[in-house]
Amino acid sequence: MPKDGLHQTMLRVEDAPLLTGRGQFFDDLPTPHGTVHAAILRSPHAHAKITDISTDAARRLAGVHAVLTGEDYASVASPLMVGVKLPIECWPIAQNKVRYVGEPVAVVLADDRYIAEDAVDLIDVSYDTLAPVIDPLKALADDAPVLHDEMGSNLGADRYFSYGDPDGAFAEADHVVEISVRYPRNSCTPIETYGVLTRWDPHTRSYDVLSNFQGPFSIHPVIARALNVPGNRLRLRTPEDSGGSFGIKQGVFPYIALLSACARLTDRPVKWVEDRLEHLTASVSATNRAITLRAAVTAKGRVTALDYDQVEDVGAYLRAPEPATLYRMHGNLCGAYDIANLRVRNRIVMTNKTPTGLNRGFGGPQIYFALERLMQRIAVELGLDPVNVARDNLISSGAFPYRTASGATYDSGDYQNAFDTALKDGRYDALCQKRDAARAQGRLYGIGLTVAVEPSVSNMGYLSTALTPAERAKAGQKNGAQSCATIAIDPVGSITVQIDSVPQGQGHKTVAASIVAERFGLEPGAITVVAAMDTGKDAWSIAAGNYSSRFAAASAGAVRIAAGRLRERIAAIAASQLDARPEDIEFGNGKVFIASNPEAALAFARVASTGHWAPGTLPEGIAAPMRETAIWTAPELTAPTEEDGINSSLCHAFIFDFCGVEIDPVTHEARVDHYVTMHDCGTILHEGMVEGQIRGAFAQAVGAALYEEYAYDDDGAFLAGTLADYPVPTVHEIPDLTILHTCTPSPLTPLGAKGVGEGNCMSTPVCIANAVADALAPASGNVDVTLPLSPARIASYLPDEPAPPEGIAQPRPGPGKGLSGQGEAHVGAAPQEIWDLLMDADQLAAIIPGAHGVKRLSPTHFLADVTLGVGPVKGRYRVQVGLSDLDAPNNATLTGKAGGALGTGEGSGRVTLTPDGSGGTVIGYSYDAAVGGKVASVGGRLLDGAAKIVIGQFFAALGRRAGDAPQPDGIIARMCGWIGGRR
Amino acid sequence: MKPAAFDYVRCETLDEACEVIAQTGDDARILAGGQSLVAMMNMRLATPAVLVDVMPAPDARKVAAENGTLKIFAAVRQASLLDDPDLTWRNPLLARMLPWVGHPQTRARGTICGSVAHADPSAEIPLALAALDGKVILRRGRKRRSVKATDFFLGMMLTDKADDEMIEAVTFADVQQGTGTGFAEFGRRKGDFAIVACAALVSPMRVRFAVGGVNDTPFVRDWDNLSPQDDAEALNALAWSLDARGDLHATARYRRDLVRHLGAQALKEARSCAV
Amino acid sequence: MRRLTATERHPVRFTLNGKPAEGTAHPRMLLSDFLRGVQGATGTHVGCEHGVCGACTVRIDGAMARSCLTFAVQIEGAEIDTVEALAPAPARLSVLQDAFRKHHALQCGFCTPGILMSLDTLLATESQADAERIRDVLSGHLCRCTGYQPIVAAALDAAQTLREETDNA
Ligand SMILES: Cc1cc2nc3c(=O)[nH]c(=O)nc-3n(C[C@@H](O)[C@H](O)[C@H](O)COP(=O)(O)OP(=O)(O)OC[C@H]3O[C@@H](n4cnc5c(N)ncnc54)[C@H](O)[C@@H]3O)c2cc1C
Ligand code: FES
Ligand code: FES
Repeated sequence: MPKDGLHQTMLRVEDAPLLTGRGQFFDDLPTPHGTVHAAILRSPHAHAKITDISTDAARRLAGVHAVLTGEDYASVASPLMVGVKLPIECWPIAQNKVRYVGEPVAVVLADDRYIAEDAVDLIDVSYDTLAPVIDPLKALADDAPVLHDEMGSNLGADRYFSYGDPDGAFAEADHVVEISVRYPRNSCTPIETYGVLTRWDPHTRSYDVLSNFQGPFSIHPVIARALNVPGNRLRLRTPEDSGGSFGIKQGVFPYIALLSACARLTDRPVKWVEDRLEHLTASVSATNRAITLRAAVTAKGRVTALDYDQVEDVGAYLRAPEPATLYRMHGNLCGAYDIANLRVRNRIVMTNKTPTGLNRGFGGPQIYFALERLMQRIAVELGLDPVNVARDNLISSGAFPYRTASGATYDSGDYQNAFDTALKDGRYDALCQKRDAARAQGRLYGIGLTVAVEPSVSNMGYLSTALTPAERAKAGQKNGAQSCATIAIDPVGSITVQIDSVPQGQGHKTVAASIVAERFGLEPGAITVVAAMDTGKDAWSIAAGNYSSRFAAASAGAVRIAAGRLRERIAAIAASQLDARPEDIEFGNGKVFIASNPEAALAFARVASTGHWAPGTLPEGIAAPMRETAIWTAPELTAPTEEDGINSSLCHAFIFDFCGVEIDPVTHEARVDHYVTMHDCGTILHEGMVEGQIRGAFAQAVGAALYEEYAYDDDGAFLAGTLADYPVPTVHEIPDLTILHTCTPSPLTPLGAKGVGEGNCMSTPVCIANAVADALAPASGNVDVTLPLSPARIASYLPDEPAPPEGIAQPRPGPGKGLSGQGEAHVGAAPQEIWDLLMDADQLAAIIPGAHGVKRLSPTHFLADVTLGVGPVKGRYRVQVGLSDLDAPNNATLTGKAGGALGTGEGSGRVTLTPDGSGGTVIGYSYDAAVGGKVASVGGRLLDGAAKIVIGQFFAALGRRAGDAPQPDGIIARMCGWIGGRR
Repeated sequence: MKPAAFDYVRCETLDEACEVIAQTGDDARILAGGQSLVAMMNMRLATPAVLVDVMPAPDARKVAAENGTLKIFAAVRQASLLDDPDLTWRNPLLARMLPWVGHPQTRARGTICGSVAHADPSAEIPLALAALDGKVILRRGRKRRSVKATDFFLGMMLTDKADDEMIEAVTFADVQQGTGTGFAEFGRRKGDFAIVACAALVSPMRVRFAVGGVNDTPFVRDWDNLSPQDDAEALNALAWSLDARGDLHATARYRRDLVRHLGAQALKEARSCAV
Repeated sequence: MRRLTATERHPVRFTLNGKPAEGTAHPRMLLSDFLRGVQGATGTHVGCEHGVCGACTVRIDGAMARSCLTFAVQIEGAEIDTVEALAPAPARLSVLQDAFRKHHALQCGFCTPGILMSLDTLLATESQADAERIRDVLSGHLCRCTGYQPIVAAALDAAQTLREETDNA
């Protein structure tokens, strides 16, 4: 039985095409004749000046149409607008300087992608590397390298907020509890990557773009501005299907600008499909954030004030809509708790990492990680039960609508009821007994809790909270969140719905069909819903798109309003034909009839199509029911107040999660044993889809909690460039969960629904972290756990490993750089002979493994072209070698810099020559190198091995060159065999 | 992510493949299951000029039981060996380890010899080969030589195979009646390369223990007699003696932890089925 | 022995979804690109091109395999099946496809064709496949939308239906 007339369990209309290979994803759609395919050359360096780009060889390659650089882009297009006033320019392609690994440097356009990639390999870029800064707190230091000289530092903004009386509350507090946490960079990584197909019409001076962009369409003006055209000359279309987004496909927009400029420069349609390496390295991710959070707490565990100090790392550029991640939760900084006093310091910092953007949960995971870790710490420090600490601080049931300290209005809820129901139905007591029993056996078992408020339907004005009230006044007010839906009735009375929510798999078409079907008494299967958006034809606003869980609450509501208006008109027409009053007309089974006399019925199609066939017969004052566009916004979404209060979202769902986690005694894996998630998301429009949203978010959150991180080393090399290094969980790693619901409908949305799509991305990572911390407590005390909680990291929280037995030395930890090592080689020639070889370019040419020639630039500087290979991995590099600290014939320092298509390396080593007493020499060496680019991000482990091999080869060759067979010991001996002694 | 251009040679016999490799040497690569090579080519980490496809050669698909060994030729896929009903009794250790190699979809294409040639230090098949007195039969043209597995692996993706040689086959010694075998592995996800993998063979004469994922090559240690109560101490000493290093997925300490813990599991399992 | 030169396109003859098919490809063209770009069979998706995500999984001579790790020239003479061939008739769904729909085992549907190819191959050869076996096969696929449980449920349901169908036949 459909509840409320909605088909809450109907099969999805989306599924049949998707299951049979008939999806219409970006790359499935045809391309116009003459389309050229783009490949992008990207920076291997985190921070460097570009001194030269040589594109001749690439241009000459057959099948290549153009090779374009930042300079070319700048000749027809402009930087991307930024939401906060900063003296920096954010270009979609590097201008003279690169600031993150993966930043576009040149674009090749060719007949196909294969050739385009061939040409990318032929582009020769010279860089002067600069010191990078990766850590957000280090980026704030006075002596930190500065990314944007115009800014003078890396601090993008620094805002203080105060609500209520935090000073008073802290002064009066019985306890002050503080926690400092880091939230890592991660991403929900859709399986379909970005795609852009773009055309330029020189006559109308307009762009026509097809892209799997997900919105928000507030980005449309940003792209149009970058391309120097008015909005009506940028037609932006999205395909019917999109292979997941989770926020990430907002980040395609710089590429829309970049490739559109390329289309204009070459007068050809341009197509680009991002590959997985590009996606992991250079699409967008969640911001990483450093948060210090303090609470003023009464003796009983009641929190009276919070004090946030947040340092938000947005990467190398502040890219629209950032710093939105930092402000999306601004109204919700106290979560589900009734805390009247709040102080906030928000800093935005730039580092040599990929610019950030939307990612499911958007600001929530960061906030709740700090807040809920703090709540657990309060319980631990005050010796209270975490359940009581959470419950006692909840906003009480009668308090809705509740205004938070920072200005949000929580529309509805009954948190205590949801909390208690979850404890009972989720069998919290049994979980506690299980933990006690496990602990009694010496097992590491812990319980974690999270309560959270999940905001949805973002206020387009919340971002302006980042500006001061004075700046806001100058920039003009922003608020609201317009949703649009259009319903059209064709001449045979069948119905087509256009939605503005750009679905990425959530089943919006099904829900829209069921809403419309219910209004008109039709079968949902009879309704056609079009999800593909076209800014040239469809109704849209800056709020359009797929984010902030706005569909159920807003877009679906607009559909309902449009359907309602048409229904009224059709009822009026039917009433006039049936001689009845419009309010007596009902709809059902494809008919329009008089409620009291169902026999008096007309076919729906006939009445509905009147507007097409017989407009003259319409009753007076009734417009033809042919097409209706509803545009809906919530009046509650007002601009920030003078006091910086902001109702950042319209709806607020409630979540309470708890879980039991055991640390595996053998592998130290954190294994989620029992997970319960309670949601109050208002009215449920489709049960299966709500469950799907919860399960999907939960799985991504388990990834964030235990597996995934966009990791960089201190040198700025990106380390997670493949799906082997960015371990998205498989079915085996995702535990089952119990889903519970309570329901307090939103009074503010047309259907009573609230968002549900992001909640577990916010609540689950910290819930698991709390459980891990609890599990570790008996063995390790209070641990400041950091995500992802990989088994190696958990091992590091546990007591020390057993000591080495006597006679085996503990290995010395390396100096901590990317690559380092030391060793000894034994050569049967005197130190002076060896020394002479090292100082001679011609000799070096023969000794350096794979060298094609060594040029001597000065007595102590050499340049070599070198081919290096480990197994099948072979690459050509240009290597510069410098000798310094020369102390003939005893020791020298070698510094080297290598660059090639596979990556870059920079390092130095010290070589010492010691006579062995029998005419030979012991060569001692130690080196320390940083490696970047592709090899670092996709072949991390290969490098250590490669370094050893190359060094081994070098000394083996040195030994041979010195005229003596090397001593047959260890790796060097085997190396020599391998290099060719055998054949 | 598209591979660079190459000539493709489809071979009908092993002889043909050997010939092309011997003539082309450095610029040619054998294409076996492609599960490692094509991924590296898509990333342009590998850019061979010639690919020599051995998979169409019927004589490369043989599996032969001879002289107490199982001889597996170049085109034998991991899945087909795993499907062989004789494998479980002939070589229970190999049968135990193969399901840990990737996923059903990669095992359906990937070969035994390809994994040996690739020489990833975390791979299960090279570890099994080292633990099971394996040999690698290399061919240059018509000339053959046989190299012990422990001599074959030289480093990360580095082997004793010359550029103009190919692996014709590998042999695994059968597990003797009465010898107990055990295996334990940990990777981040199901199907991932091991962070650490441990294999054990326990016979009345000897305890053999092999570790993958820690050193640059599979590491094998024999103990003449090791009683169960000494396992922990022996494994701790072994863990410290290896060249454990840290990377994105694990720290050096964690690798040593796994050698101690997984090693104990593997030994226990092997003891439980030894007679 | 046949040598196919890098610079030319070479004919590839094979069977696609039960029908003879032909196309030309450079040696380096990946099977995934060949199926999608040359044969127009866009149901097979590409998500990573390094063998991890499983979106490109097709059936080669009866076995589930990554089309992104196979060159088009390698399938000369082979039988290839893709998602386009699973439904028994144009307006119908197979038992497995239907179970996916019933259990909400897909959301965006991008990973789905690859998963269907693996599970269809499994259920065709191992009618008794249990949850563990299904999960083993699924481990070769990444799905970002569903959290996987509905996929396992759908596969179990389909296995059951297929067994019943054979019993009744
Ligand atoms: C998602 C995924 C997960 C994986 N997980 C694992 C895992 O857990 N454990 C594991 O061990 N492996 C794993 N692998 C790799 C494994 O599947 C490969 O099968 C194996 O590494 C190589 O075998 P292949 O037949 O595919 O060789 P190919 O990829 O064809 O070749 C690999 C290398 O060996 C050379 N070569 C191959 N055969 C010969 C020969 N006869 N003579 C000389 N040289 C030869 C090739 O030229 C190439 O350099 C995984 C792969 C993928 C895609
Ligand atoms: S595209 Fe082939 S496995 Fe991902
Ligand atoms: S349904 Fe979207 S990735 Fe699986």
